Amino acid sequence: MSPETSAPVLELRNVTKTYRVKQGIFGKAKPLTAVNDVSLSLPRGEVLGLVGESGCGKSTLAKILLGLETPTSGQVLIDGKEILAQDRLSLARRIQPIFQDPYSSLNPRKSIFDIVSLPLRVHGVGDPQEWDRKVREILDIVGLPARVMNTYPSQMSGGQRQRVAIARALIMKPEIVICDEPTSALDVSVQSQILNLLGDLRREFGLTYLFISHDLAVVEHLATRVAVMYLGRIVEESDVAGLFDEAGHPYTQALLKSVLTPEPGLGVPDTQLGMAYPNPIAPPSGCQFHPRCPVATDHCKRVAPRPVETARGRVECHLFDPQSPMHDAKVA
Amino acid sequence: MATTETNDPLLQEITGPTPAQMLRKRVFGHQGLLIGAGVLGVLLFVAIFAPLLAPHDPYAQSLMSRMEPPVFLGGSWEHPLGTDHLGRDYLSRLIYGARVSLMIGAIAALISGVIGTAMGVAAGYFGGRVDMVVTFLINVRLAMPVVLVALAVVAILGGSLQVVIVVLGLLLWDRFAVVMRASTLQVRGREYVAAARAIGASTPRVILSEIMPNIANNLIVVVTLEMAHAILLEAALSFLGLGVQPPTPSWGLMVSEGKNMMLFEPWMVLIPGAVLFLLVLAINLMGDGLRDVTAPENRS
Repeated sequence: MSPETSAPVLELRNVTKTYRVKQGIFGKAKPLTAVNDVSLSLPRGEVLGLVGESGCGKSTLAKILLGLETPTSGQVLIDGKEILAQDRLSLARRIQPIFQDPYSSLNPRKSIFDIVSLPLRVHGVGDPQEWDRKVREILDIVGLPARVMNTYPSQMSGGQRQRVAIARALIMKPEIVICDEPTSALDVSVQSQILNLLGDLRREFGLTYLFISHDLAVVEHLATRVAVMYLGRIVEESDVAGLFDEAGHPYTQALLKSVLTPEPGLGVPDTQLGMAYPNPIAPPSGCQFHPRCPVATDHCKRVAPRPVETARGRVECHLFDPQSPMHDAKVA
Repeated sequence: MATTETNDPLLQEITGPTPAQMLRKRVFGHQGLLIGAGVLGVLLFVAIFAPLLAPHDPYAQSLMSRMEPPVFLGGSWEHPLGTDHLGRDYLSRLIYGARVSLMIGAIAALISGVIGTAMGVAAGYFGGRVDMVVTFLINVRLAMPVVLVALAVVAILGGSLQVVIVVLGLLLWDRFAVVMRASTLQVRGREYVAAARAIGASTPRVILSEIMPNIANNLIVVVTLEMAHAILLEAALSFLGLGVQPPTPSWGLMVSEGKNMMLFEPWMVLIPGAVLFLLVLAINLMGDGLRDVTAPENRS
């Protein structure tokens, strides 16, 4: 399924979210751009992996999509309809989250039945008998026995809790699921079970995932397209094979290098990123990646690169812009 | 549960105790909590069944038997704790006095609990301007000395049981607001709150069904502390003559009436004082115990 043939179920157009951050009591509020001019489109049935370091704006983007935050500017469209124009309940029917930490995403005072049936009760669907039937059905689908209905989250393991969170997200049969690092809080042995479950559910229900992660191996396993985020901007977007075979942006290359190998003798890989993540309140001039970029020149410090369409997707780097003086540098 | 056991590890793992079972285990392993709850239970029982337990009418005066000493100081079993300066039975007045103390404690804590919880939860959940206003009100309230304000109000309106209850209820909400605000701030950032909002749950539903059950343990602890606080303040106001008015039996009033004879008949002050001490100690023990058994750091 190529992006051209199917209409995007989820589309972001120039979405920007700016917070005002006050430093000290008398300090002037400064803008912090958490999400900067992000445009993405997600065709039905695809999995878009969104990768980037901590603090790059991945989770803010997820909150905007869920309607928990409103964008400062730009539009978010679901099936071509603006989400701000939709009421809370109809948005909730189409898009649901699976959060990172199943120890925090389930209310410890509620039984599993209460947690999983909450969407049915909030949306006023059916009666208690139907809730019971539907909860049993969805628990069976996510691989939990029906008798967990009367237990509490504290009695379960991390993997079981994440299955409960998945059941809660899917009981209303949404079209889009935002997975915000759904495996990073789990043991490695359980991660693959949950990933396979998510893959199976996607095929069974025709779901569309936005899969947020900092683990490139997880993204490679599940995603069909990948977007790389840096300081609130999408610096590269590509299909998954393209990204892993021939990463374009120097930041993507560094991320790929940073994946730890299981070989004990090799040590921690050198990403050549050097300095720490820049302060998002005072972002660098020009190309925001230039202080950490191994191939940056003076031109990068002054001029911000524009997005360039490539055969695989899109990249924001002077090296790939035919109109930029840097274009020749790559060839040389 | 054992009938459907299979070899699938997923089906076998759920064996831990339920939260209710764990709570029961901690409650019955906490001596302070059990002692406090036991003493409070006895005093509550005495207050409720006062007409059946009191040997005499607490208002009946008998000038023939004034200031009889308690039985352990050579008195008779007719008046086990002696009689006061008007010949009223001390034990009966103590028993009826428990009603006044517990009623004031419970109703004042209820009024201030409703006010303080509403303010604190609103401040913690909505933040921003609401938080600013509530924090300002808390600071204003903390800057006022409770006893002085209560004295002034009671002096203007005149002392009575109702006035004392309402004044204390309107003055003691500060700790509720502070604790509930902090607890709500802590809980509202949890992902289950975000999940409930993403499901489409309304704000009242999120507050009542997702946040309140998770901060209720802190609320119960503050309720007990403020009950003890209100009981002591009532005794202080009654001692100063501005609280409950005679001839209503109140422990504070009994201390006040006994103070003239304190040098010769110290038991007239010591007996109501000791009962007051016991009640406040029991409530505080219970509050401390409840905090211990529900504190998150004690959870496994």
